[in-house]
Amino acid sequence: MLEAFNAVLNRDLRLAMRRRGDWVNPLVFFVIVISLFPLGVGPDTELLRQIAPGIIWVASLLATLLASETLFRADFDDGSLEQLVLSSQPLSVLVLAKVLAHWLITGLPLLFLSPLVAVVLQLQGRSIPALMASLLLGTLTLSLVAAIGAALTVGLRKGGVLLALLVLPLFIPVLIFGSSSVLAVEGGFPVQAHLSMLGALFLLSLALAPLAIAASLRIIYE
Amino acid sequence: MFQWFHRLASLKNFYRLAEIITPWLAVLCAILLAVGLYRGLVVAPTDYEQGESYRIIYVHVPSAWMSMFVYMVIAFCSAIYLVWNMKLADIVAQASAPMGAAFTFLALATGSLWGKPMWGTWWEWDARLTSELILLFLYIGYMALRGAFENSAAGAKAAAILALVGVVNIPIIHYSVEWWNTLHQPASITKFDTPSIHISMLIPLLMMALGFKLFYLVNMFSRTRSMILEREASTSWVRNRAQENNL
Amino acid sequence: MKEFLAMGGYAFYVWTSFGLTFVVMTAIVLSSIYQRRQAINSVKRQAAVARQRADQKNSL
Repeated sequence: MLEAFNAVLNRDLRLAMRRRGDWVNPLVFFVIVISLFPLGVGPDTELLRQIAPGIIWVASLLATLLASETLFRADFDDGSLEQLVLSSQPLSVLVLAKVLAHWLITGLPLLFLSPLVAVVLQLQGRSIPALMASLLLGTLTLSLVAAIGAALTVGLRKGGVLLALLVLPLFIPVLIFGSSSVLAVEGGFPVQAHLSMLGALFLLSLALAPLAIAASLRIIYE
Repeated sequence: MFQWFHRLASLKNFYRLAEIITPWLAVLCAILLAVGLYRGLVVAPTDYEQGESYRIIYVHVPSAWMSMFVYMVIAFCSAIYLVWNMKLADIVAQASAPMGAAFTFLALATGSLWGKPMWGTWWEWDARLTSELILLFLYIGYMALRGAFENSAAGAKAAAILALVGVVNIPIIHYSVEWWNTLHQPASITKFDTPSIHISMLIPLLMMALGFKLFYLVNMFSRTRSMILEREASTSWVRNRAQENNL
Repeated sequence: MKEFLAMGGYAFYVWTSFGLTFVVMTAIVLSSIYQRRQAINSVKRQAAVARQRADQKNSL
């Protein structure tokens, strides 16, 4: 089982290196969306600092959503998704490997970009560790949830907008706890409670999302 | 028990059962709504804090309750459909979704109409209204996903999975929104609640709530029967009843 | 009566709420009736087609 997990993970990582657009574009999107906000609300430092956690988190939500669209698309088109569904290994483990690979190439880079955008949006330096910790737990959860939506819509020709409609409401708890953990540090409050809620959300989605993803993929080939 | 379950699951039996009880439910529903309206609008005393505007709860609270109840029905039916592949459960879920969305819309609109005189604004990011808004998004997503599939069996399965994912998320969303609300708002805001409510105000509320529930059941039965007819159009029992002009 | 309609100055909010609820519930009922009519029509149409086919077979 572990071997199959590793095999899928390695294969997806290697393929992703070749399809650069799939993971570079959401990152560029993330940076562009964030730089739009100061242009929209004005360069007032105090205002930007107040809304920065919300902006960064909303931008992460949208970037994850955008990236998740390609999660199963190529495999569906070339038929390797069917191979995956028909394989003798437990499908939920295999899709977990796919989601992990996808997070490593689309979610993890957001983490490394976040200090940069935090500085641009005038966040205090001491908020940056909390921002990165919340993004680590939060984007993992988001990737898992978004993968359910991607699996439900992969067989549809016009899946893009529908995917957003299905998945964005489910992102709301992560948004709330993610941005509030940064706000807590900014306000000088302890951040543990917020991060442990994010951790709980991550564990819950880790336990349940692979089952939902596997069930959704099976529908396509019934 | 299981035999009874199986017999009910047969579309033909359910069609017949719904045919018999729907008129009775409809009469009961009309009586409850009429009496509840009269007692709520005329008999119930004026609230000393909110004045007459509190009477909006007689449509708002039943709508809000129904919006949750219908989603639970959809989730429950989806689970049954996925586990036992019972067609009836899928039909009930499909018939319920638009009504659940309508009740959610009503809860939002009447909540906003209550909020204008009470809060002084049409929209307050109050925990309950916000959760209701998110619930509306979930309903819209559910119906959109089902509608997007050309193969209706695949669409039904996909929608059922989404309903279950949604029902796991609803309590999480609800509590996170409530928590977010207490984090960002001063506690002085009047809560849109039915706290120490007098019995003369409570009875009409319960009558309206029951009336709304029956209203949903009557329409759900009717829609389920229509969908059964369309799916079973080529079976002999539908053909026979069509010949007797007794559909 | 006038006092009742005025709803203590909240007439607009109270009556809009109840009116909106009435409109939405009426729409639900009407659409249930419409769905039923559609279903019956489609059953009848399919039955007619089936009968025609059977007649053709018999006359051959």
